[in-house]
Amino acid sequence: MAKITMREAIRQAIDEEMARDENVFLIGEEVALYQGAYKVSKGLYEKYGGKRVIDTPITEEGFAGIGIGAAIAGLRPIVEFMTFNFSIQALDQIINNAAKMFHMSGGQINVPIVFRGPNGPAEYLSSQHSQALQTLFAHIPGLKVVSPSTPYDAKGLLKSSIRDNNPVIFLEGELMYAWEGEVPGNEYLIEIGKAEVKKEGKDVTIITYGKPLKLVNQASEILSGEGIDVEIIDIRTIKPIDEKSIYKSVAKTNRCVIVDESWPFCSVASQIGYVVSKNSFDYLDSPVEIVTSEDVPMPYNHKLELAVQPSAEKIVSAVKKVLYKS
Amino acid sequence: MEKIEKKYDIKKYERKFLVSLLEKMCLIRRFEESSAKMYGLKKIGGFLHLYIGQEAVAVGAVSALDLEKDALFTAYRDHGYAIACGSSINALMAELFGKASGISKGMGGSMHFFDVQNHMYGGNGIVGAHIPLAAGYALKISYKDENGVVLCMFGDGAIHQGTFHETLNMASLWELPVIFICENNQYGMGTFYKRVSSIDDFTIMASSYNMTGLSIDGMNVLTVYSELSDIIQKVRKEKKPVFLDIKTYRYKGHSISDPGQYRTKEELGAYKELDPILILKNELIENNILDKTGYEEIDKKCKNKVDESVKFAENADEPDPSNIYEHVLA
Repeated sequence: MAKITMREAIRQAIDEEMARDENVFLIGEEVALYQGAYKVSKGLYEKYGGKRVIDTPITEEGFAGIGIGAAIAGLRPIVEFMTFNFSIQALDQIINNAAKMFHMSGGQINVPIVFRGPNGPAEYLSSQHSQALQTLFAHIPGLKVVSPSTPYDAKGLLKSSIRDNNPVIFLEGELMYAWEGEVPGNEYLIEIGKAEVKKEGKDVTIITYGKPLKLVNQASEILSGEGIDVEIIDIRTIKPIDEKSIYKSVAKTNRCVIVDESWPFCSVASQIGYVVSKNSFDYLDSPVEIVTSEDVPMPYNHKLELAVQPSAEKIVSAVKKVLYKS
Repeated sequence: MEKIEKKYDIKKYERKFLVSLLEKMCLIRRFEESSAKMYGLKKIGGFLHLYIGQEAVAVGAVSALDLEKDALFTAYRDHGYAIACGSSINALMAELFGKASGISKGMGGSMHFFDVQNHMYGGNGIVGAHIPLAAGYALKISYKDENGVVLCMFGDGAIHQGTFHETLNMASLWELPVIFICENNQYGMGTFYKRVSSIDDFTIMASSYNMTGLSIDGMNVLTVYSELSDIIQKVRKEKKPVFLDIKTYRYKGHSISDPGQYRTKEELGAYKELDPILILKNELIENNILDKTGYEEIDKKCKNKVDESVKFAENADEPDPSNIYEHVLA
């Protein structure tokens, strides 16, 4: 299997789906001539032309809405936000139009659209450009929310997202684009809503998704050196969430830590913590722990910005806590 | 109020067509009166934005469309548009009653009438939020090299929203076949438009986006129809968007809970002289196309249809609570 970057995996998914279905098109700021602010759309304008790779003015609400209108009419737009920080400008379109149209129209109008782009803490950007916004989208009925942790998952899940008949929020870690991973040459899809056991283990279940998987892997190695064997569940899709895989693992390990790089209040982590506490109560040998970002806007100072985010050390400490070893 | 010269020749139109325009306007008027009554009887809840006074705009504009290939997007004052597009009156009244056989299965209510079969795409409750949707639909027409046009209706209250300006820019830049229509009833809720606009003539805004902007009298259905027919033909051919400011007036408050005390009796009275139904009725009688009895028969027919829809809605089933998750995801 070839090792490719996250950026290339996402590009391949878009390219393959555009080649497969002429209704698929890419729209956003700098996606065509400039080839993407993060170079995800490299070569696509050259291959498909300006009709299917469309540069927009800086008008997130406007082009998100135009994408939704095109989806209502039967096309399959991929709307790129230069970063999800700017998607906040388009929240009304996403929440009030994309998510609700199918329900509000009594099932007459579905909206097959993907909103994708970088999300999550980056570096040295202070608070407006460095935040993990998944909770906002996961809160809204009518949206699917996907957050891959590897190039393999990103490609398979993005292809499924483009083929999905619902609005899908596809979150790419801003710092992950250059990360590499193995991706097969042949075509494959990954079903939305299916978690994956990234590592089997017997002592503690760590549930995570997206960029923090890397930290969880580091923590797992440290813990392994101390004789603690963790099981790592990558939910991959935040909504709909694969609860069964979570319960299965917790029933085996009896202990649970959730790692989520967004803020803790009303978060993906707190939601998983709730369902595990409720539905796996009889299997738990200790209270569920969550490791999240601190409930503060992101500082610019590098030492501080690292301090407010999850780290391998914080994960190790949480695991020891649920094992009563701290 | 400006006096606007007639630009159409009534003799050009067939009797059947002229009568159908009158009948549609009467049907909207009677439907709205009945809606208000049912609201008073607490059969209908929530917000209710009546279309009384503005009937000529929906009927004139929609009659100029070819709903096989064209599409319509509007805001929450949408009853008149659904009726003009040909939706079932029974299904519309049932929607207001929140019934399962409602046009949006009881999920939308007054502000969210959707009738995709008749190319009526809502029914949007957020001021200006559907403007980019209409352009997106037009993008699909252009993408597929089709021949349709999209009508995008909104009020004078929506014209200062970012979505309006963002969308006009892109629609003009990408030459999308969409006609943006400001249905200017002069009051954004309770606020006279001149109090919140830096310009009085909205057509000036079109020129900022290199787009043709025209003003049309919206109280005369034949003016709306004839102007729109020409403009739609032009947009179909030239594939470029147009902006229209159609001047109209609503006789009722912004919504059912608004007594409309920000307007004088004199102003309201003057516009009642310009009642779109009255104008067409008188013109048809003057031209011997219809007599008084003929008009009364049309009106009675509309009233009966609406009365039947109320009976239908009252007897219709409520949606089943066990299906609440049915249309969350496709």
